[in-house]
Amino acid sequence: MQLVLEQLLNGLQLSLTLFLLAAGLTLVFGIMGVINLAHGSLYMIGAYAGAWAAAKTGTFWLALPAGLAAAALVGAAMELLVVRRLYAREHLSQVLATFGLILFFNGFIAWSAGRSPLLMETPPQLSGFVEILPGLPYPAYRLAMMGVGVAVALGLWYMISRTRIGMLIRAGSDKREMVEALGVDIAKLFTLVFALGALLAGLAGVMVGPIRSVQVGMGEQVLITTFVVIVVGGIGSIRGAFAGALLIGMCDTLGRAFVPMLLKSWLSGPLADGLGGALSSVIIYLVMALVLIVRPRGLFPVSG
Amino acid sequence: MRLKSIALAGAALLSFTAAASAQQPIKIGIVTTLSTPGGYLGEDARDGILLAISEEGGKLGGVPVQTLVEDDKLKPGDAKQIVDKWIENDKVKLFTGIIFSNVAVAVVPSILESGGIFVSPNAGPSNFSGKACNKNYYVASWQNDNLHESAGALAKKLGYKKMVLLAPNYQAGKDAITGFRRMYGGEVIEEIYTGLDQTDFSAEMARIRAAKPDAVFQFHPGGQGIAFLKQWQQAGLKDQIPMVVASPSLEQRIAAAAGDAAIGIAATAHWNTDFKNAENEAFVKGFRAKYNREPTVYASQGYDTAKLIGAALKASGGKLEDDAFRAGMMKADVKLTRGPFKFNTNQHPIQDWYEIKAVKGSDGKVVLETGAKVLEQHGDAYAKDCKI
Repeated sequence: MQLVLEQLLNGLQLSLTLFLLAAGLTLVFGIMGVINLAHGSLYMIGAYAGAWAAAKTGTFWLALPAGLAAAALVGAAMELLVVRRLYAREHLSQVLATFGLILFFNGFIAWSAGRSPLLMETPPQLSGFVEILPGLPYPAYRLAMMGVGVAVALGLWYMISRTRIGMLIRAGSDKREMVEALGVDIAKLFTLVFALGALLAGLAGVMVGPIRSVQVGMGEQVLITTFVVIVVGGIGSIRGAFAGALLIGMCDTLGRAFVPMLLKSWLSGPLADGLGGALSSVIIYLVMALVLIVRPRGLFPVSG
Repeated sequence: MRLKSIALAGAALLSFTAAASAQQPIKIGIVTTLSTPGGYLGEDARDGILLAISEEGGKLGGVPVQTLVEDDKLKPGDAKQIVDKWIENDKVKLFTGIIFSNVAVAVVPSILESGGIFVSPNAGPSNFSGKACNKNYYVASWQNDNLHESAGALAKKLGYKKMVLLAPNYQAGKDAITGFRRMYGGEVIEEIYTGLDQTDFSAEMARIRAAKPDAVFQFHPGGQGIAFLKQWQQAGLKDQIPMVVASPSLEQRIAAAAGDAAIGIAATAHWNTDFKNAENEAFVKGFRAKYNREPTVYASQGYDTAKLIGAALKASGGKLEDDAFRAGMMKADVKLTRGPFKFNTNQHPIQDWYEIKAVKGSDGKVVLETGAKVLEQHGDAYAKDCKI
């Protein structure tokens, strides 16, 4: 029972990290119609800026704003210099251009910081455990990550559904021409949304710094799963990104946790271990296929 | 008079071309992983090879060499394209550089079919070490199983009775589990296969906690290894369950990036920065001076690979087609950074394996320290199936 609870928490934690990445990606795709393959690069930039600031200042609490600022600034610059020219183009041009950006950022980081992975320690205040239930300690840092994920989800929900800027974002994703005709500076709105997406990716990057490896190419590792999340959730929908992240994060974690165990009840040990490993690594793609069969446009498709 | 000078000029030209062809450098195709999170492995192997060449002033074993370097992006398909291009357009006959076994498995057959020679600085998949061994295929690093056999031997020596084993679900991961089991001999409660791209191991760690083993063995090279160690420490398992690994899961770069999370782990390796022999001391000094960073085990393997190629080129006088090249290679008449080394009948290494520990250095950084010998002049289990 404890194990199930622990695995549910693990799943939730992975889901919330995925959500931070997926929220930005889905906003940019839904509102601007741009497939941004370089979203993972913004995650990497957040992690590198954070690791760099942590090494220079010796504290994680300055790494956080450094990572956020770097990712948001690079994101805004990316929109102004490159992505802006892609709105009217077809998806192939967007994929090519943003793939070029991945190569550029990976090359730039390898050249400026080297290919060796960077050290980033857990902040000492969060390096311990919290006893959730008697006999079930859970890492404080992961709990904090979950807290941040929930706060961001609530904040985004509030922004999108209750504020003027959120109204413009919703309107822009549905009827772009109409919003423009009403005199809204759509160019500024796009830069803002892009920077916001970048900020969220940067936040994810800084936060995973202490638990994953900060190195060149870390963005591409998470990009595929992030795309699975937004496709499952329905492209362009924040609500969909949240639901997709929960579904994919949970299925991935619970699959890795319990599929081998279930197989063991009717297969011999090593065979079950091998098959379980293979099965649990494809589970999220199976889930995606199932969702797309039942709902071809994802769980929460954006109308329009 | 005029005729004579033309003849002279002609002769001079002729002799010039003859000299040029004698001096024609041997092309070495280095296809390796320079991007993706595995990029630093290939970078170090490449730089180790290039260091050995530059120390000799552009030669290996007194024979001028020219290197071609390309990034395989950890994709077997890309690696195959690069190699096919070099075979077709550049007439390359001598290849090295491959880090990952899945890349090697896809590319080595193309090289051998073209009549080329491959000397591996890292990957040593079981596919090519037994029945499918080849007289033009050499592994300068280790047969994959060896790494984990040494870890298995260490786990046995440390007296662990029940263990959980983890490895990524691909060829080298399976070789890891097979190798570990071969020398460990104790009970394996569970084998856990992870994804090759996986970065979060919380689900696996909860399973390990529930399984309550005496110790755990894991094989996760590069960035995955760093993530694993950090998460292991955060999950509070570091002080509860001892960990045994082989060198790819705790090399110099992983120790530096994982910091305190690496301390206390029992590891094994065939090379370490602190090996006390003249070749190694010169190599470590040279590498630091040239690249301004610490060498890893991959750098030492690249350097040793180049030295072995040098020994063979010296023996054959720069000819690759000759049997003398193979004889020179097999004799391995050269001192390596790792100490005593022989080629087995399947052209894979016979060498010593040592216990390695991560400790805090005087400057507060984590460094690796060599301990007792775990396996002496150890070959591999596949050599008996190899008939060359």
